Amino acid sequence: MSNIKILVNGIIKENPVFVLLLGMCPTLGTTSSAINGMGMGLATAFVLICSNMAISSIKSLIPDQVRIPAYIVVIATFVTVVQMCMEAFIPSLYASLGLFIPLIVVNCIVLGRAEAFAAKNKIFPSAADGLGIGLGFTLALTLLGAARELFGTGKLFGLTLFPEEFGSLIFVLAPGAFIALGYLIAIVDKLRKA
Amino acid sequence: MAKLKSTLPNMLLSLTVICISAGAILSGVSMYTSGPIAAAKAATLQRAISQVTPEFDNNPTAEAYKSVTSDGDSLLIYPAKKGDETVGVAVESNTKNGFSGEIKIIVGFAPDGTLINYSVLEHAETPGLGSKMEEWFRTEKNRQNVIGRSLADGNLSVSKDGGDVDAITASTITSRAFLDAVNRAYSAYKGTDAHTGATGSY
Repeated sequence: MSNIKILVNGIIKENPVFVLLLGMCPTLGTTSSAINGMGMGLATAFVLICSNMAISSIKSLIPDQVRIPAYIVVIATFVTVVQMCMEAFIPSLYASLGLFIPLIVVNCIVLGRAEAFAAKNKIFPSAADGLGIGLGFTLALTLLGAARELFGTGKLFGLTLFPEEFGSLIFVLAPGAFIALGYLIAIVDKLRKA
Repeated sequence: MAKLKSTLPNMLLSLTVICISAGAILSGVSMYTSGPIAAAKAATLQRAISQVTPEFDNNPTAEAYKSVTSDGDSLLIYPAKKGDETVGVAVESNTKNGFSGEIKIIVGFAPDGTLINYSVLEHAETPGLGSKMEEWFRTEKNRQNVIGRSLADGNLSVSKDGGDVDAITASTITSRAFLDAVNRAYSAYKGTDAHTGATGSY
């Protein structure tokens, strides 16, 4: 499989949110607006690319029986790097994502790709896989965030499209996340099969 | 290169090396980002202070001091001075009475106890209901606006509790909590006056 194919595979065919249904906790928790979803997606994508590359380059040095703790340490390192950089340079985004950034460590997508892909492949395919899955996750979170922001508050990326009074508050709250995600999965499924 | 076998020395060595390199990377990044993080925090605070006090020419964060509220808690007070005269104070206040979690606000008072402005620093209230407090209490409509009111005449409270401030529609608990934080800020500010007598006119 070529690197391009691996990349597209992560965005469409194996989209972590719409197809694999992984990482539902940050998906539902952080997508109250499009920009929050995008920030969370990009942070996760960065961690995915770095951890995939690091793990595939040191995989022969990790004995099988301790591979999970080794992967977790590698992933946690990159997550902490993201967290510190975000707090330093984009404090407003850090304030709104808050607790969800350190929780990327236990995001099953990241550990899943490390175990299923990076541990078996060379460094460049692993980077392509991390980029593909990361972009797929970012795309899904941005879409979901945009839908919730639009129907909930009438805004899109902070731009007012229609007055807030016509929005439905439920989309900004937790139940709206489930409803919007359900419809998005249905639409994507239909498009994917078409 | 062949994969390392899962023997005890191999496992120990591999994990140790990974942890040490992770620690080295993190300490490097931490050294690099600790400066900007502190600067970003200070800038946020500085912006909040200048938003709620009249123009000043001192450094309120350097002159900050703690003061005790009437209920025994202590809050940080940032004095805003022009020349030697205190033109106002910014009080960082909080309340645990919110609908969900702690609400942190910063309130500015003129020396006579008039509320100059406020800013919500941190909250977890319901979006679209309680989260309206940033706008609600400064909107000039009915009896919503609290800016320009003097707390020297007594604490603020919502009309449901016999006060004269209109609560946020469908968010009386948040409104009560917000006013509680404002009242606590004032009592901390007044508490310092009683101790030092600096601007005391009560």
